[in-house]
Amino acid sequence: MTSLAHTAPAAAPVRSGLWNFLVRLFRDKPLGAFGFVVCVVFLFCGLFADLLAPYGFNQISPINRLKPPGEKYWFGTDNLGRDMFSRILYGAQLSVIIGLSAAALATVVSVVIGVVSGYLGGKFDMVVQRFVDGWMAFPDLVILIVVVSVVGPGMGPVIVILGLLYGIGGSRIVRGAVLSVRENAYVHAAQSTGASLPRILWKHILPNVMAPVIVLFTTRVGAVILAESGLAFLGLGVPPPAPTWGGMLSGSGRAFMYQGPWLALAPGLCITIVVYAINVFGDALRDLLDPRMRGSR
Amino acid sequence: MQAYIVRRVLALVPTLIFASLIVFVTVRLIPGDVIDLMLSTNDIGADRKSREQLEAALGFDRPMVSQYFRWIGAFVLDGSLGQSLWQSTPVMEDILHRLPITFELGVYALVVALLVGIPIGVYSAVAQDTVGDYVARSFAILALALPSFWVGTLVMVFPAIWWGWSPEVKLIPFSEDPLRHIGQMTIPALILGKAFSAVVMRLTRTMMLEVMRQDYIRTALAKGLAPRTTILRHALRNALIPVVTLVGLQAPVLVGGAVILEQIFVLPGMGQLLLEAVSQRDYPVITGVFLIVGLAVVFINLLVDLSYGLLDPKVRYR
Repeated sequence: MTSLAHTAPAAAPVRSGLWNFLVRLFRDKPLGAFGFVVCVVFLFCGLFADLLAPYGFNQISPINRLKPPGEKYWFGTDNLGRDMFSRILYGAQLSVIIGLSAAALATVVSVVIGVVSGYLGGKFDMVVQRFVDGWMAFPDLVILIVVVSVVGPGMGPVIVILGLLYGIGGSRIVRGAVLSVRENAYVHAAQSTGASLPRILWKHILPNVMAPVIVLFTTRVGAVILAESGLAFLGLGVPPPAPTWGGMLSGSGRAFMYQGPWLALAPGLCITIVVYAINVFGDALRDLLDPRMRGSR
Repeated sequence: MQAYIVRRVLALVPTLIFASLIVFVTVRLIPGDVIDLMLSTNDIGADRKSREQLEAALGFDRPMVSQYFRWIGAFVLDGSLGQSLWQSTPVMEDILHRLPITFELGVYALVVALLVGIPIGVYSAVAQDTVGDYVARSFAILALALPSFWVGTLVMVFPAIWWGWSPEVKLIPFSEDPLRHIGQMTIPALILGKAFSAVVMRLTRTMMLEVMRQDYIRTALAKGLAPRTTILRHALRNALIPVVTLVGLQAPVLVGGAVILEQIFVLPGMGQLLLEAVSQRDYPVITGVFLIVGLAVVFINLLVDLSYGLLDPKVRYR
């Protein structure tokens, strides 16, 4: 009985919180809501690509090579007769895996560096921040190219490198939030009661910087998808025949674009729509989660 | 002013040390043996270069700390970044040969970004919450989402199909034909400046909205100053300082974007040098480009800091 009494009220606020958030999103931020819907569709396509795709991503049909978009092949076929629509769906799957994994890793790295450096402050913070300064001096793509040239291409290395790359840069945002939270009375109260460092960071600091962390994660998904596409375009991403969106715009696909211009359209459009949707959803999320940012700006 | 510059330059020292360490560690300490990769990728055995020769050429036959000080010492004292493993040319020479192309492309892109971003940002702030404002803001988010390599690809493919026209694929030196040279740079600069103009537009709008709520703007308008003059002479000048900071922060983004666009439009800049070096596993060149790009960004940020005083008389170099 006691346990029932405890569990029932606990579930309700979570549900109503999520429901309220969605109501506010669709009522106050129509563009953000559009982005949210596109993100859900993208996630759905990525998760169920195996079921949704009419053909295999590497199913070759020489007789149907370079067919323009039509009833049978919605997005046309490439130079090997592979269905572009199926390849786009499988490409979404790769983008979902890489986008979510690398963004999750980046967020964890940002939180660990940002929370520890921001809370401890002093010389430790100074040294860490000079390292972050040095790191941020390098263009993302240049770091990616250099590291991939050493470790070799592949999904695993790309996820780890993108995660670390965006994690270190993003730690500034988390640190900024921690600097303001650490001066709050409840943190001083925890310190004065002798709470341990991990407990203060976990129980008092981290929950109060979650809003920027969630927004950071969202925006990082878009940034990672864009960066991975760029890397794949340069031939340094997940190697063929994996159908990455960026990879479809380079390599053999690029050579046949003059005969089949549709090969240049679908992958680029998908990257643009998904990144646009993630960005507008991220903007809306930031406004809804941060009371100071609410409003049209 | 001089004391400020000296202090600001000294503050760069730890950042530069970390930047050099990042370059050094990234190439040398990442799991996987660089020498093995080079041997397997380039079939060096056929080129009669032994593993020992390669290790010596890369300086890998010494302890790690000694390698770092030798490498950074040669750079600081002689400006040397070693020799290319395949061309046997000094890396610094290759870089100095390519740097102007990337620099030029970056400057053109910056000009595009400021010419497009600032006026639209000002308009968007002045016409806050109107249809024009929404269109401008949507354009900005769209410009951020459009991958430059896709736009570049479309520019290469569709005009060729429709009109039989394609951009020049061989660099025309400025000294040979200035107009054609600038024309050749225009399309990549427009594409490179696209995303940056969106960022400039968003920040200009936010800062203009902030500044236009200040008392001195209200005073200027109340004393009868024309709105146009108030916006251009009082509001914009004060709103521009963070935009200048943004130029420094976006410098790495511009350089990163230049890598892809140089590849698409076959411009022999730093980006193409880096990609050629990557395809050949030419580590002295990779390390050299990596370091110079980082240093360039750090010094652009320094110049940005020093330029504040020109824009804002309140900034005093104390």
